[in-house]
Amino acid sequence: MNAPVAVTPEVVKDHGLNDAEYARIVELLGRAPTIVELGIFSVMWSEHCSYKSTRIHLKKLPTSAPWVIQGPGENAGIIDVGDGDVCVFKMESHNHPSFIEPFQGAATGVGGIMRDVFTMGARPVASLDSLRFGEPNHPKTRHLVAGVVSGIGSYGNCMGIPTVAGETNFHKSYNGNILVNAMCVGLAKADKIFYSAAKGAGNPVVYVGSKTGRDGIHGATMASAEFNEDSEEKRPTVQVGDPFTEKLLLEACLELMATDAIIAIQDMGAAGLTSSSSEMADKGGSGIEIDLDKVPQRETNLTAYEMMLSESQERMLAVLKPGREAEAERIFKKWELDFSVIGYTTDTHRMVVRHKGEIVADMPVTALSDAAPIYERPFVKRKPTSGKVSFEASRPAMESLLRLLSTPDLCSKRWVWEQYDYTVMADSVQQPGGDAAVVRVHGTDKGLACCTDVTPRYCKANPFEGAKQAVAEAWRNITAVGGLPLATTDCLNFSNPEKPEAMGEIVAGIEGLGEACRVLEFPIVSGNCSLYNETQGEGILPTPTIGGVGLLKDVHKMATVAFKREGDAILLIGDTKGHLGQSVYLREIEGLEEGAAPPVDLKLEKKNGDFVRGLIEAGTDTVHDIADGGLLVAVAEMAMAGGIGAVLRGQFEADKFIPFYFGEDQARYLMAVPAAEADAILAKAKKAGVRARHIGFTGAKNDKGEAVLTGVGLPPVTVTALKATHEAWLPEYMKG
Amino acid sequence: MKSAVVVFPASNCDRDAAVALEQITGTKPVMVWHADSEVPDVDLIVLPGGFSYGDYLRCGAMAGQSNIMRAVKEKSEQGVKVLGICNGFQVLTETHMLPGVLMKNAHLKFVCRPQALEVIETQSVFTRKYQAGQRVVFPVAHGEGNYVADDETLDRLEGEGRVVFKYAPGENPNGSARDIAGILNEKRNVLGLMPHPERVCDPLLGGTDGKAMFEGLIEALG
Repeated sequence: MNAPVAVTPEVVKDHGLNDAEYARIVELLGRAPTIVELGIFSVMWSEHCSYKSTRIHLKKLPTSAPWVIQGPGENAGIIDVGDGDVCVFKMESHNHPSFIEPFQGAATGVGGIMRDVFTMGARPVASLDSLRFGEPNHPKTRHLVAGVVSGIGSYGNCMGIPTVAGETNFHKSYNGNILVNAMCVGLAKADKIFYSAAKGAGNPVVYVGSKTGRDGIHGATMASAEFNEDSEEKRPTVQVGDPFTEKLLLEACLELMATDAIIAIQDMGAAGLTSSSSEMADKGGSGIEIDLDKVPQRETNLTAYEMMLSESQERMLAVLKPGREAEAERIFKKWELDFSVIGYTTDTHRMVVRHKGEIVADMPVTALSDAAPIYERPFVKRKPTSGKVSFEASRPAMESLLRLLSTPDLCSKRWVWEQYDYTVMADSVQQPGGDAAVVRVHGTDKGLACCTDVTPRYCKANPFEGAKQAVAEAWRNITAVGGLPLATTDCLNFSNPEKPEAMGEIVAGIEGLGEACRVLEFPIVSGNCSLYNETQGEGILPTPTIGGVGLLKDVHKMATVAFKREGDAILLIGDTKGHLGQSVYLREIEGLEEGAAPPVDLKLEKKNGDFVRGLIEAGTDTVHDIADGGLLVAVAEMAMAGGIGAVLRGQFEADKFIPFYFGEDQARYLMAVPAAEADAILAKAKKAGVRARHIGFTGAKNDKGEAVLTGVGLPPVTVTALKATHEAWLPEYMKG
Repeated sequence: MKSAVVVFPASNCDRDAAVALEQITGTKPVMVWHADSEVPDVDLIVLPGGFSYGDYLRCGAMAGQSNIMRAVKEKSEQGVKVLGICNGFQVLTETHMLPGVLMKNAHLKFVCRPQALEVIETQSVFTRKYQAGQRVVFPVAHGEGNYVADDETLDRLEGEGRVVFKYAPGENPNGSARDIAGILNEKRNVLGLMPHPERVCDPLLGGTDGKAMFEGLIEALG
């Protein structure tokens, strides 16, 4: 080894390993590790790669269903969507890099998740991004929003994969620790799925894609530590993305996959060459020998340590059938990508790494996976918040509505999505701004509905109910466009698991997810955990982001939020008790973050949703779920999307008015149906045991003939005025 | 009508263009790889949207130097129709098959949205099925669509009826000179435009305003 570095206690500590973990390494190896081995252990045993704090809890999540082909544990999850088509999808966090270098952090987050999907043989067809920023007046927020959004756009747009949905929210708990959760959805054929298990000995291990450089070294370890004032000095550990190379890699991999030359393939993501080689050998029950001199290198004098830990982007590792190297090489050369046979699989169950003729690492592959530490961290479950909430019953509702529509969380996110190419691939049949995006399965009438959801303020107030709500809302959003929800992916963003209260949020959150996924038959098939989202001791709101995928059998029977006709009856499906606790209304209008998070009745959720989906299949074309901001916000969104007004006829006692229009009760939908059909639908609802009421009509106008939103106790406001306030905030804010 | 779509390594609307062409003409276009130096015998060559060679230099600059573009240029000189969409338009200016240049959008951001256009010129094989002054909506999706040329060139383009599409008044998405969205060459057989007609040939995608372009081409080219 050139210039060997001694493994001293300080060096061990710098690698994020504690004394007990180091002792275990010595025990597993039967000797002290080399510096290369220490580096390998440090990344593979990092929280990011090993899930050491969450693994015992994650086991409780439901991950199977008859339509699930691949659950967690592979590069991405896979579900059957009929006719030999499968959907491959996953969401992953890139929080820490995006805070340090927002453009590259977000861009490589998108690139990484796309590789996870196409490494399984799928062509990515949709990209989604769930983003959480600090409060708008924090000095860093504007810069972070601009950088993250343009980073996501630059990568996805060049790849030619439409970015179709997501979320953008703001809260002070993210001031020093933003969240960037990127989801990718792909399509493959059921008989052309590729896995990462490198079965068999003597098979060539090939390296394809970009050359290896010094970027991203110890990214996985960085993502497993909390932030402090020095974190920005970690900028060199953020990787740099090259979407052009990724596009070539995508096409080259799919071309190679059309042959039968591949035994196993995995992308080099977090912990690069280390994790891809050891995980492939581990899953295949084999061993692996690699020679680092064969690795294509971007810089001279890279050490073995640097090569093993580099997180240079746009690289893949594949194990081929013996004798197929030339065929594979020809494809990668056509796409002008590096291709190199860097080693072979073995039957030794060991990972052996050579560099300049010397063995620099020689370790059992299971030492990096099964033998990784698992912690049963102590936790305390905080009592959920509760109690009556206070509000001023006589506050003018229309004024409040206008204010809500211009808040950072409820305003139009057009400024964001217009920077993403959401129409490329010519299959985006439901575009950003609705409840869920719908992407047509190319060449068919089927559609995939996808969305991302979570309401972190509910999760803070009640981690268990909040997590249930995240799943229920994703399920509801897919239902609202007419999709049958099939499966989810999750990004579990929490703070420091070494603090019992934070660990309590993680445990309760995972339990809530599990319960909701079980009852709604909406299993979790992939995902990741992002812990230590904390800066100088301040944790983020618990944010278990859920990415949902559902199936529309026929995209011609799809609902959107926009009012389409004047004179339609507006129907409210679901029970409205007027739950104002933890609502946007309470926070933005009364300045209070109090009360209980809304309870989620999963059986009711299912009953109401199944009823709504049935109506859409029978022809109902205008549906919106009621979420943040409550009923009046939802009506306003439908009016703005369609450019058609509405009149609401509900009459209430004075103290019921605000809760009715702004409460955030769950399991509710609005729909607009031709007035002549309303009674039949109400009767059908009654028969199904679903609460439904006729609350108004579309098409209200003022004296000048302008579309207005109005009603009893709701003085008319033109739809144009609603739109103006809804659209104004974000572009104005970004101007600075 | 026989057509071909040129595929650069990072073209990403090649499939969209091929699907639209096949739907409307009933025949699959030939896909021509960028490293080839010949274009087969066709009536229409489409340069699709995307990022050609990554476009880390000026958009289309490297594509402008490619083998295949030499062949496309030769064909166009023989009268073969060439349609450059988005990145294809950028490549056409870099190849000097069309005048002017496409700069970064004036607001410096990528913009994707349904875009209202006015059909200015119908005396072309590409726009013969549209009405002069007709308002159509095609999506735009680009970071560098800000068309720039000197006044003399712009006057000439307008004077010769070579400005085919303009962004609707007040809706210019990128700062382009005189709201120009698409232009013809002198021989009127090469059209470059930033908006995407191939993405609006299916009612499910938000409209069919793009169909008339391809239908007009079939009528004219058989």
